[in-house]
Amino acid sequence: MERENKTVHGVLAEFKNPKELIDAAESVKDSGYTDFDTYAPFPIHGMEKAMGIKKSPLGWIVAAGGLAGGIGILWLMIWVMTDAWPLNISGKPLLNIPIYVPITFEITVLISSFSALFGMLFLNKLPKFYNPIFNVERFKKATDDGFFICVEASDKLFAEQSVSKLFTDAGAIHIETVYDSE
Amino acid sequence: MSTNYEYVPEPKLVKGDHTFGSITRLIAKTPLAATPPLWYLAFAIANLLLITLLGAVAYLIWEGVGIWGLNNPAGWGWAIINFVWWVGIGHAGTLISAILFLFRQGWRTAINRFAEAMTIFAVMCAGLFPAIHVGRIWVIYWVFPVPNQMAAWPNFSSPLLWDVFAVSTYFTVSLIFWYVGLIPDFATLRDKAKGKVSKMVYGIGAMGWTGSFRNWWNYEKAYMILAGLATPLVLSVHTIVSFDFAVSLIPGWHSTIFPPYFVAGAIYSGFAMVLTLMLIARKIYGIEDIMNIDIMEKMNLVMMLTGNLVAFAYLMEGFIAWYSGYIYEQGIFWLYVVGPYAWGFWILMFCNVITPQFLWSRSIRRNVTLTFIISILVNIGMWFERFMIAVASLATDFMPSSWDYYSPTFWDIIIYIGTFGLFFTMFLLFLRFLPMVAIAEVKGVMPQADPHNYDEETQEFIEANAEPAVTQQQTVEQKNQ
Repeated sequence: MERENKTVHGVLAEFKNPKELIDAAESVKDSGYTDFDTYAPFPIHGMEKAMGIKKSPLGWIVAAGGLAGGIGILWLMIWVMTDAWPLNISGKPLLNIPIYVPITFEITVLISSFSALFGMLFLNKLPKFYNPIFNVERFKKATDDGFFICVEASDKLFAEQSVSKLFTDAGAIHIETVYDSE
Repeated sequence: MSTNYEYVPEPKLVKGDHTFGSITRLIAKTPLAATPPLWYLAFAIANLLLITLLGAVAYLIWEGVGIWGLNNPAGWGWAIINFVWWVGIGHAGTLISAILFLFRQGWRTAINRFAEAMTIFAVMCAGLFPAIHVGRIWVIYWVFPVPNQMAAWPNFSSPLLWDVFAVSTYFTVSLIFWYVGLIPDFATLRDKAKGKVSKMVYGIGAMGWTGSFRNWWNYEKAYMILAGLATPLVLSVHTIVSFDFAVSLIPGWHSTIFPPYFVAGAIYSGFAMVLTLMLIARKIYGIEDIMNIDIMEKMNLVMMLTGNLVAFAYLMEGFIAWYSGYIYEQGIFWLYVVGPYAWGFWILMFCNVITPQFLWSRSIRRNVTLTFIISILVNIGMWFERFMIAVASLATDFMPSSWDYYSPTFWDIIIYIGTFGLFFTMFLLFLRFLPMVAIAEVKGVMPQADPHNYDEETQEFIEANAEPAVTQQQTVEQKNQ
């Protein structure tokens, strides 16, 4: 099925098992490609080294969120208890830091968790309404038992022929060009 | 004497001869297949109970908390007992999903989705009680720091308010954790679904997940951070629940052992509830390969440990009552044992101290029927534990002249039974429409998932590389020459 008028999104190859995928990813990286990704139904141990991925910055996002949440709620409690709505309870001091610990902890955890969820979605560019890779019927296996690698057309070194050859040499069981249907 | 060490393969986490594809089919078939007739029957019963609950709660709001059996010394009754009981049950889910994740316990993958769902629904049931017990539920928003026309704020120094924050945070974080775990599985269902509607609904849940490793990389980080956050959270929640009691001055409540004792009890009852549900579900849905006997045994071990921790706490309560020299503490402990609620105390002792001792035997730990019975007994015992703490301590307080005997009314009982309707309605919906096992995570712990288990030359999977070995120690008598 040739679609001449469609733009090429990349070349997709399927591999037999996680081991072949990791080796293929390594050779793609060593050939100098940068805009590529591997797809598997579960995270493969050691793939980050094979693909040369840097550490995820998510920790910093969560730290910032948690800090903001903790300081924010502590500030709110101190303001409420000493200024906005001071309550004299058995003559105890109005500013009573140990009593604020449980809620400060809870809100820190709450905001950190929201940061982890939304930070992860942001870094992964999700939700994504359209992804040309889904145009490949076979790609459905990626969430089941398929192991895929795709070099995208946006890569400087991208050329359909040479990428296909690289995949063939790496032992791909299926190679297909991904078209953008727009 | 000398010791021989022998390497024996650890039992496989997933039994049977499974491939990645067969795992997907095994788990994804339930949400995608037609609804089994038995499910409708179970759902109808659960709905009936749910409607009963809604009716009883409506009547409670109409009439006021006077319809409950509360009396003058016992101002807290079944509502607080049920609240603590349900929240406690929820704790197992977070323990399995977060703490066991941090400890790299691969066996958690068989039950984590299931247990997390149970957590969320149990916390829903729990959250109902504090909300309806306030009397004027239409101003329940006063517990949150919301700016209002009275310019009034909640009292942040009250443990009851801490509880509001703890339980609502716990619910929200559990939900986030659960959803993050579900994203890849939603994608699996989206790709497997045939119908247009199911494809779309699962597709919305998956948010365009492709299984890209660059996404997995951030995803795994998020999952680990969430586990790291949920671990102290789960310990804090029941600690704060115990503060509801421990911060007060009532003998039997005013005790520093409460936080660890409550947490251990929570995990104990939660594991029992997971076992009860799991032993039924694995049979009905035919997923015994995943939720297998080895996993049941490991859960029984956790139950044995926490059960004995709880038993130790009971012992400690008696010891501290004596050692403190405080007559009211001694009095209340004595009243537990022989007082008006002694029947509750002895049920509690039987269910929570005697029952876990059976789990020392390996054959009982691996026996499905006995485990099921034990799990039910444990949950009865844990309910009575909260009954003894809440009611027995209040009903016989400082002044014998104010003592009164507390009994529940019809409405106390019907609301408690009704919460099972809420729980099982949600749980049945979960079993029907969501993957009850974390598909991606189970695949991740299969030996085929690790590239190290493949041959360097032929790139074929080698079973022998895969099996993690444990050391078995054998002490051998050495003959003297």
